[in-house]
Amino acid sequence: MNSLQKYSLRIADNSWILGCRLAEYSSYGPFLEEDLAITNVGLDHVGFAEAMYKYVAELDGNKTADDFAFRRAEQEYFNVQLVEYPNEHFGYIMARQFMFDVYQFYFLEALQNSKDETLAALAVKSLKEVTYHLRRSTQWMYRLGDGTVESHQKIQDALNHLFMYKDELFFMDETDEAVIKSGVGVDLDKVKEQWISKVDEVLKKATLKMPEVPLFSLEYGKNGHHTDFFGYILLDLQYLNNKYPDAVW
Amino acid sequence: MSKDNQGPIWEVFVQSKPGKPFRHVGAVHAYDKEMAMENARDLYTRRSEGTAIWLVKADDIVASQPEDNGAFFDPANDKAYRHPTFYVMPEGAKNI
Amino acid sequence: MEDQNKMEEFQAKIDAGIKIEPKDWMPEKYRQTLVRQMSQHAHSEVIGMQPEGNWLTRAPSLRAKKILMAKIQDEGGHGLYLYCAAETLGVSRDKFIEWLHEGKAKYASVFNYPSPTWADMGAIGWLVDGAAIVNQVSLQRTSYGPYSRAMVKICKEESFHQRQGYEIMANLAKGTKEQKEMAQGALNRWWWPSLMMFGPHDSDSANTKDSMTWGIKLETNDDLRQQFIDKTIPQIELIGLKIPDEKAELQENGSYKTSEIDWDEFWNVIKGNGPCNAQRLKHHIKAHEEGAWVREAALAYGAKNN
Repeated sequence: MNSLQKYSLRIADNSWILGCRLAEYSSYGPFLEEDLAITNVGLDHVGFAEAMYKYVAELDGNKTADDFAFRRAEQEYFNVQLVEYPNEHFGYIMARQFMFDVYQFYFLEALQNSKDETLAALAVKSLKEVTYHLRRSTQWMYRLGDGTVESHQKIQDALNHLFMYKDELFFMDETDEAVIKSGVGVDLDKVKEQWISKVDEVLKKATLKMPEVPLFSLEYGKNGHHTDFFGYILLDLQYLNNKYPDAVW
Repeated sequence: MSKDNQGPIWEVFVQSKPGKPFRHVGAVHAYDKEMAMENARDLYTRRSEGTAIWLVKADDIVASQPEDNGAFFDPANDKAYRHPTFYVMPEGAKNI
Repeated sequence: MEDQNKMEEFQAKIDAGIKIEPKDWMPEKYRQTLVRQMSQHAHSEVIGMQPEGNWLTRAPSLRAKKILMAKIQDEGGHGLYLYCAAETLGVSRDKFIEWLHEGKAKYASVFNYPSPTWADMGAIGWLVDGAAIVNQVSLQRTSYGPYSRAMVKICKEESFHQRQGYEIMANLAKGTKEQKEMAQGALNRWWWPSLMMFGPHDSDSANTKDSMTWGIKLETNDDLRQQFIDKTIPQIELIGLKIPDEKAELQENGSYKTSEIDWDEFWNVIKGNGPCNAQRLKHHIKAHEEGAWVREAALAYGAKNN
């Protein structure tokens, strides 16, 4: 697998796994409107993931988009660990979403200038959706942060916990270096600065504290190392394909 | 208002494309204006039904009462002269 | 006397096909019937998210996943349109939810059956939505304006639901041996509950007569059921599945005669003794209770920022 393929898979897997988590939440929302809105965000992610997998399949030449989405071993998925974190409660869902939305917004903004035309075009399209996601999750930071004592505590707790996964978002290795060099990839150092400044601004307005966390010694999902939660996502995801390997759905 | 409820109702009006009138399409519950706008967008435009949205809190709508219908709307019935078909044009008149 | 006059005026409007609007005078029983029927309809859409939600994490392809998510979301949206339409009668959504949780309000019994295989996603879309569509198409002409308008909108959106279900079934029916068995199994499971969706025979239905006089209901349970049967049996045959009723036969008038429905089961599930009644309600209550702090926060924030 070359750098562009791996890089593209990372982008695809982020949205795919987050989309799976959001799909799981359907019919568990705090009220009907919000339930449906979260599914909308999930659908955007699944749609973007599908477009990305199609591109990866095209680069590969043999496998299909579904092969990539459904038929890989755990260590062959390259999403960041943040997106696989379970839907512990609404505060976790929104903290996870907000952290990811800010990242994805600046990431896609930069990716629009990619020398890879497909990636650039997909970034343009997806950025519109993510702009809306970010607007929504930002509003929820305000509502929960500046809502009740209980909601303030819950969203702060969720942020405190999930912040351990933030560093992976900006982690770069030889895959990134290769695509940055060719003008295809995004320099995450810059995204990191933008992320910190935006998150800081929103959390302040939401009367929340920017969690201060040390650098956690994690092996990253970007290279196929996942949390304990991930295997169970795959267990469901791959259930039918594993059980009936010859079937077409 | 009790401590836990579904929030106020907002009536939703959608304009299908620029130049068209805004049409009432339904309602949503939401706790604030921004949420009302987001909910209306997610609920009523997810099949590309529109390009613009108006929201009005249901409580703020002033509606005519059915018992006033006679006094309000019947008097317009005998004012045919407000309609173009009332007027007799000379035979052969065009573009009028 | 005044009421008598109003009643006659009301009936004259109904008979002339003029819609009744929220602020119009209406007999108390008409209002109550609508509150009951519309909230039940809304609850059905929302509870109906669950049997299909059971497969959201296990949908087998990107396409299947997107479709299932969008479809379940639509069901929720339809519930929402209906709650809003029902609220025009002066009852709040909070109240509707309270009644549901207390067991005072019902929802369609069909959702009290489990969905053990992927083929159930096909069968639910094809049969359950198919049956719902027959009913809803008829309800577009119902006499209460907001209900009728909600139905028009819902019917427009529902049309893809039944097709996606039938597509799943058709693909399974021409797939591997296991897939075909899965399809037949789901058809067998959902056939009778779908027929039950139209309600008891009209002779046994307490509400049919008033509802028809008032134009809330336009066609009888048995007529609607027959329309559904006549539409669906040829669809079953087309994809090579077996009709789950050995006695089903085509009559000279072009209509199918079928076996009698197991009405004991029907009443039993309505009474709360179906395989999933407790599970469905518990799920809804859990989500509602777990969401309380979020609603309270939104309410508090809204009070400060509106």
